[in-house]
Amino acid sequence: MIKEVYITETNCITPIGFDVATNIKNIGDVVSGIQLHHNSLLMKTPFYASIIKDADLDLAFAKVTPATHYSRLEKMMILALEPILKKAKIVLNERTAFILSTTKGNITALENQNAVEPAYLHLLAKTIADFFEFKTEPIVVSNACVSGVLSVSVAKRLVQSGAYDNVFIVAGDEVSAFVLSGFNSFQAMSDLPCKPYSLNRTGVTLGEAAAAVLVSKDKENAKIKIIGDGSINDANHISGPSRTGEGLFRSIESALAEAQINSNQVDYISAHGTATPFNDEMEAIALNRLGLEKVPVNSLKGFYGHTLGASGLLETVIGIQSVLENKLFVSLGFDTLGVSQSINVIEKNENKSIHYFLKTASGFGGCNTAVLFEKVN
Amino acid sequence: MEALKQELKSKIVEVLNLEDIAVADINDNDALFGDGLGLDSIDALELIVMLDKDYGIKLVDPKEGKTIFQSIETMAAYIGANRVK
Amino acid sequence: MVTNKTYIESFCTIQNNEVVLNGESVFKIDSTAFADFSKKAYQHFDINYPKFFKMDSLSKLAFLGAELLLKADNDPLVENNTALVFSNKSSSLDTDVKYQKSISDKENYFPSPAVFVYTLPNICLGEISIRHQLKSENSFYIFADFNPVFMEQYANLLLETKKADKVLCGWVEYYNEEYTAFLYLVGKQGDFMHNEQTLKKLYNN
Repeated sequence: MIKEVYITETNCITPIGFDVATNIKNIGDVVSGIQLHHNSLLMKTPFYASIIKDADLDLAFAKVTPATHYSRLEKMMILALEPILKKAKIVLNERTAFILSTTKGNITALENQNAVEPAYLHLLAKTIADFFEFKTEPIVVSNACVSGVLSVSVAKRLVQSGAYDNVFIVAGDEVSAFVLSGFNSFQAMSDLPCKPYSLNRTGVTLGEAAAAVLVSKDKENAKIKIIGDGSINDANHISGPSRTGEGLFRSIESALAEAQINSNQVDYISAHGTATPFNDEMEAIALNRLGLEKVPVNSLKGFYGHTLGASGLLETVIGIQSVLENKLFVSLGFDTLGVSQSINVIEKNENKSIHYFLKTASGFGGCNTAVLFEKVN
Repeated sequence: MEALKQELKSKIVEVLNLEDIAVADINDNDALFGDGLGLDSIDALELIVMLDKDYGIKLVDPKEGKTIFQSIETMAAYIGANRVK
Repeated sequence: MVTNKTYIESFCTIQNNEVVLNGESVFKIDSTAFADFSKKAYQHFDINYPKFFKMDSLSKLAFLGAELLLKADNDPLVENNTALVFSNKSSSLDTDVKYQKSISDKENYFPSPAVFVYTLPNICLGEISIRHQLKSENSFYIFADFNPVFMEQYANLLLETKKADKVLCGWVEYYNEEYTAFLYLVGKQGDFMHNEQTLKKLYNN
């Protein structure tokens, strides 16, 4: 029999809070992590980004361990996972898996000429796994900007198939000169804080964060149930999204079919919404093709920027809180609809009973992921 | 102008890794995108970098590229008029 | 879960300037750089796909392997639901290092979007998906070594849950001219049982 799968613990480390409650409070108060930065080590010109303050990070980390040899990203990841492990009290044996999700990991290590070794993602995963003493080999998911939500899908499938009873996931990425210059070379950076789905959107604002969840076969302490997923490629272009939203369309279709629900039952969509002209347009087309255009949708990029491999998991964590608290959060940065097909972008924080929640993401390489969640009573 | 056109042709073949196209095969008025040389959106971004790096031209609006990069002819004309190096 | 048996339909390894398909050497040249080897292999197998030369080494490696295993398998008129599950050790680090060098002089740099786009390991999945029109499940993983246990589990669960009809699995490792590709197609029939022992044996051969 196919097992039911739940998320039982969540946490996140972001510029607007080092736990879920603080993040939700700030989102409720419409406080964004995006600020103007003048840091020539990261970029020649001033830029908007959502960046965690080193002093805050170090202060919080010192409360967890006196060790200081960890990189910024490792500190973020350890801080995200630590309370979950403490609270869950799960025996870390061969039935417990550990997934680490990231796009660029410790890429900043390359800035130091002779330091290629620390940039290896399996070594980053080993560092985190050793800190918590996981017994199984870490599984690193590195699939561009869908990595975070894809890791939820992978964990769910592994538990569903009986390979593991519990899967701890941590997802994280950092703002670096590497990604800033790269997105800039793609002419994909916004001069102002990003404006997902808006008429005058001009591109992404980058951000950094770590998020963590526990995916489990046990319903006890369940926050939400994972009921369907899909992760399907556009087969169209390695950087531009499909004009018809084909991969995203099929990913959502696959998730709905598995969950055996209709699109009109979905109550809330946390979409990708990077605020590039093409991404947002593609999403609007895919949602319309599925009859999801009336469902309230937001992009949390206005609060966090695009946190790359962390974004899908971070936005899942916030979305779960929306379901638990029956609250829709504003899609910050949105003003006038600027996609060719109508979608129902959330314009202010409001209360709404949410039973089914859909999380989506899309990324370079033509990848897309959709995961469907159901409220547990 | 002829020299600039030749220079652009060799640069395009080299920078965009057009393995199966020889410089001599490119005509001044061939479409660079679509049915012509079959360049795509990443190639267009590379050409924007090339304008900046080799000729000191910064495109304020990347959409301008569409008219500038129509053909070798249009590229050469634009670079000739706007280059600062 | 009750497991229907799954099999390895075909497999391919690429390393040391040699391509081995289903245990037989099908292309080999004397020691040379990967760029040259991959170009000669492309020509030898008569692949007409100019975009190949725009790819980074990791994508070229994965693409060549997929080309050999999917060419025989795909009818272009019928949509194939063949999933891609790939993994390696070095992610896109070879291209990452190249890209990082291009931005080392912060006062005067012109980063290349065509290089930056390959600083993600899953781009090779996109390249294969585009080439073979696979609108299918795909995901990329990083492990210290080829991980037959995970690969078997994940391929099987995609087949069992009917998320895919076949799964093209791959270990595609490339860093600084050192490379190994081991690709295999998992489905409902074939000469080799799809299990950890077989995978280990075929990988080590």
